Amino acid sequence: MTTVRIPPTLRPETGGAREVPAQGETVGELLDDLMSRFPSLTGKLEYANVYVDGEDVRTLDGHETQVRNGATVILLPAMAGG
Amino acid sequence: MATYRELLQQIKSEIDEVTPREAAARSDTPAFLDVRERDEWEEGHIPGAVWIPRGNLESRVEQSLPDREQPVIVYCAGGSRSAFATRTLQDLGYTSVVNLAGGFTDWKRNGFPTQLPRTLAPAQQQRYSRHLLIPEVGEAGQLKLLDSRVLLIGAGGLGSPSSLYLAAAGVGKLGIVDADVVDASNLQRQVIHATDRLGEPKVASAKRSLEALNPDVEVVPYEERLTSENIDRILGEGWDVVVDGADNFPTRYLLNDASVWHDIPVVHGSIYRFEGQVTVFKPGDGPCYRCLFPTPPPPELAPSCAEGGVLGVLPGIIGSLQANEALKVLLDEGDPLVGRLLLFDALDTAFTEVALRRDPACPVCGDEPTITEYIDYVEFCAGTGVHA
Repeated sequence: MTTVRIPPTLRPETGGAREVPAQGETVGELLDDLMSRFPSLTGKLEYANVYVDGEDVRTLDGHETQVRNGATVILLPAMAGG
Repeated sequence: MATYRELLQQIKSEIDEVTPREAAARSDTPAFLDVRERDEWEEGHIPGAVWIPRGNLESRVEQSLPDREQPVIVYCAGGSRSAFATRTLQDLGYTSVVNLAGGFTDWKRNGFPTQLPRTLAPAQQQRYSRHLLIPEVGEAGQLKLLDSRVLLIGAGGLGSPSSLYLAAAGVGKLGIVDADVVDASNLQRQVIHATDRLGEPKVASAKRSLEALNPDVEVVPYEERLTSENIDRILGEGWDVVVDGADNFPTRYLLNDASVWHDIPVVHGSIYRFEGQVTVFKPGDGPCYRCLFPTPPPPELAPSCAEGGVLGVLPGIIGSLQANEALKVLLDEGDPLVGRLLLFDALDTAFTEVALRRDPACPVCGDEPTITEYIDYVEFCAGTGVHA
């Protein structure tokens, strides 16, 4: 089980939760599991960067990136506010 | 008991000396260390010399000349005070230190180059005294700040604290771009404005606050919204750093593209509710905003602070971090947040850092850019742009 950090703009889809558990050995599996738990996330995750232990998965193996047990996973969309 | 003359003679027998001619001909690029008093230094010194009055020598020299193997030539006006200073450096473990025989007087008389230092006025020495005490800033750094030019995008939540701290720090010229007027709903966080300025253009209100805080600072107001039409004119006026405190995506993407093309570092900050992001985009030395976020989220996933709210103190924290990054870039000190995105969560009071990397395929800063002129940023950010 991995804890995924949910950004403020996606919290309406997770019932307000700031962190939610998800299961999966890769980033892709993790996101699929997340969407199965919170179906309204579907179609919204592609606008968020995914960081596993501080690294952008686009610079690793994308959705194939392995997620170790206990890894820190952060979903991060752009915010414009100033 | 020895007289002064006997003591000086004894010290001189224990150190090595060079004449101005020998010193000027040295090919091992020695450091010149000037140990005279301030008024002597201000009347001229050897170009590039490090200045530490003899009274502060022991406490400051390791900071200014950290390499004890580096050759050092110590001088004063005539070569006596510097003889004692040379001996002190030997005691501190400097291995290649010599005294300049005849001192600055002989150096000058022989026609070797001298330089008049730029110095702070007495009132500035008092105003910036806490900076002058920090070795990483000091008088040279403070003069650098006074010569620096920072452009702030937005005089709102982020622009308020960042511009106030940059002005207080003595950044000589601050440009501020904002087309809005002060609204009552701004005052919960935009601390540069005030209740008696409702309806006043934000740039005018900011200019009043900043110049009242520090008359050394020239504030250039741009009462306009940043657009593809005006950005080349505004950036072209010459800025060392841009501090991005915009409140919308089109401006942020526009600023990104322009700053890459104008080769100006951008200190980026953004906020929403309890969370903030800070990073530094330095063209040629790290990623740009498009490497981080190639596509803006659709408007329904990217509510602004006006739509979703923001904790009033949050821009105070994030904007202050932006000012800190801008000062570091200006002073060329420390490790700015280049290639690092700092996330702040005010509810947890937690900072998290993630790595950012330049994308070689980035359409703007990549190896083969496909966007080389301004696009329609409003359309791009509405999710219907051809590049989205």
